[in-house]
Amino acid sequence: MTAIDPTAHLTTEQIEELGRELDAIRDEVIASRGEKDAAYIRKVISAQRKLELVSRGVLLFSIFPPAWLLGTAGLSVAKIMDNMEIGHNIMHGQWDWMRDPKIHSTTWEWDHVSPSEQWKHSHNELHHTYTNVIGKDNDLGYGIMRVDEDQKWHPFHLGQPLWNLINACFFEYGIAAYDLELGKNLHKRRRKNPEFRARAKAVGRKIRKQVLKDYVIHPLLSGPSFLTTLAATFTANLVRNIWTHSVIMCGHFPEGVQVFERRSIKGETRGQWYLRQMMGSANISGSKAMHFMTGNLSHQIEHHLFPDLPSNRYAEVAVKVRALFEKYELEYVTGPLPKQVFSAWRKVFRLSLPNKKPKVKTPDREQELVAA
Amino acid sequence: MLEMVTTPLLPSDYLDLVSPLRAGADLRGRIEAVHPETGDAATVVIRPGRGWRGHTAGQYVRIGVDVDGVRLWRAYSITSPTNRQDGRVTITVKAVLDGKVSNHLVRRAKPGTLIQLDQATGDFVLPQAKPAKVLYLTAGSGITPVMGMLRDIEFDDVVMIHCAPQPQDVIFRNELHDLVADKKLRLTEVHTATDGMLDIARLDELVPDWAERETWACGPAGLLDAAEEHWSEHGVQERLHTERFRPGIVVAGDGGEVTFSATGKTVDADGATPLLDIGEEAGVLMPSGCRMGICFGCVTPLKAGAVRDLRTGEITEAEPGVLIQTCVSAAAGPCDIER
Repeated sequence: MTAIDPTAHLTTEQIEELGRELDAIRDEVIASRGEKDAAYIRKVISAQRKLELVSRGVLLFSIFPPAWLLGTAGLSVAKIMDNMEIGHNIMHGQWDWMRDPKIHSTTWEWDHVSPSEQWKHSHNELHHTYTNVIGKDNDLGYGIMRVDEDQKWHPFHLGQPLWNLINACFFEYGIAAYDLELGKNLHKRRRKNPEFRARAKAVGRKIRKQVLKDYVIHPLLSGPSFLTTLAATFTANLVRNIWTHSVIMCGHFPEGVQVFERRSIKGETRGQWYLRQMMGSANISGSKAMHFMTGNLSHQIEHHLFPDLPSNRYAEVAVKVRALFEKYELEYVTGPLPKQVFSAWRKVFRLSLPNKKPKVKTPDREQELVAA
Repeated sequence: MLEMVTTPLLPSDYLDLVSPLRAGADLRGRIEAVHPETGDAATVVIRPGRGWRGHTAGQYVRIGVDVDGVRLWRAYSITSPTNRQDGRVTITVKAVLDGKVSNHLVRRAKPGTLIQLDQATGDFVLPQAKPAKVLYLTAGSGITPVMGMLRDIEFDDVVMIHCAPQPQDVIFRNELHDLVADKKLRLTEVHTATDGMLDIARLDELVPDWAERETWACGPAGLLDAAEEHWSEHGVQERLHTERFRPGIVVAGDGGEVTFSATGKTVDADGATPLLDIGEEAGVLMPSGCRMGICFGCVTPLKAGAVRDLRTGEITEAEPGVLIQTCVSAAAGPCDIER
């Protein structure tokens, strides 16, 4: 949290006007959703499936180094596509409007150890509602790190650069543990909670299926290429994990992103909610291919404003949203991937050490409302 | 075993990419051609998937068509004969005012497009035993199931009364007149734009022996209501078979807030709009069927609250195990639908 509130110059009336303008952007996209968008997601899904199939086919001969390289690269990309542009976005309900039961948030399952049902709860309901609210949004450091000066320091945080590195490598397991709220639920009393046990079982089943596919069946099918295929699927999962972790770190951790006090969101209006999403997210700039490989989470600000708009429309929305940032003199945090990743990592290192408590808080809108 | 390789997907997800019409796949069809019939009606030739089990003349099929990217389901009568050599089926669609699917099929559908199919269904069909005398009483697109019958089976004595605004609005007009020329059909066309609506009392004059004929009637509710009344009055209602394309909505009341608990959506609904439409509008995955309360393709558990049957006004309250037909039920106060 910066010492100066970057939204202090806005009156409550301006914030509501901002909200109305954002609503209008959203309505425009919803009114124009159609055949082209549907064709887009179907094309991406079809391409992903073909790429995965071909890559796994090539890996049957992974004993030959060129086949290993090609197959591993293809499988890594296929897994990233599955998790990001396809899975994450479908599970957000971005494509529910098509009413296709095969591409719907309630039926989709992804190539990931966290079952979609649990991920949807922790991600859609908690993170997207309480974005960057300390103590409410567990995405802020995932419960293992301190990513804001206002979060309380503990000697445990000294190791957070290492925790973050481990989390990056095994990110899908980190997510599964996080969706289970493992830290909280492993206390003796909660462990026996039947609801938690059922959820833990579901995760266990999903992990078993995923591990069996990637580390047993596919290598076995490769015959003499058993070991090289095993190395390939492990590498593809590792690449996917590090990539998704990096992209997601860039969404909320870089310098310039704001976090919020629990009490600051009490009685929050639509406009204020929008404003929090705007100030609590950061974008990644880059080419079309880069946006695609991040599942358009490079448009994190737009995604947080409109989580259920189809991802292929964020690029056009971003132009309008950015104009609003300028109009209301707000900082649009964005930068190329290496810069944002570096910025986020620097914060992880910096905040592993204690700091002096900052003096100024985000304004208490409640009081302001009373004053107005 | 194969599922262990494709998890979290199914092998069929991959097979669908190359062979969507194969045996064992979800039933689909491919549009092969669209032939205009009149200014606002067209016949769509569909190659059904391998799982298609055929139909009986007079039945309808539900199809799911993506219109502007949104999957919409509608039911259309099958107009092709059951023994068509190439295995294709045809439906004949009349574009109705504001009809999203009908206008799409008549004016914009392209050969090669995949559509979703259900098996043929409906009990507006001919009996096993051939009746001696037959009367077909149709109006507008109500001719479509009857055309399926005419093309399928020949009877010795067939009379048809068909109503359409003008001669050029008569779907299948050339084919009907060919049948007349071959003495296979006696046809009376009623052109409502010039002659006015058919007065059911004129039947005595048009078809003096109507009461002796096994009759199949299909058309707007006004015509069918009049026919049902007329046949009952003469005590021959068992000879009359009718097919309605739309449910007769008679009762509406106060609506309420509808929660779709599985999807986590809550919307306000009025007391006249079917919950099926409310859910679809909200992006909830609603199963749907005939949309007129007969096929039970849309039944959904009612978890809490109450709904009103739009055809009868009857109120159904939530109890464990209560299923409702969302296509003919509207909210009667707040309710929770398990979708």
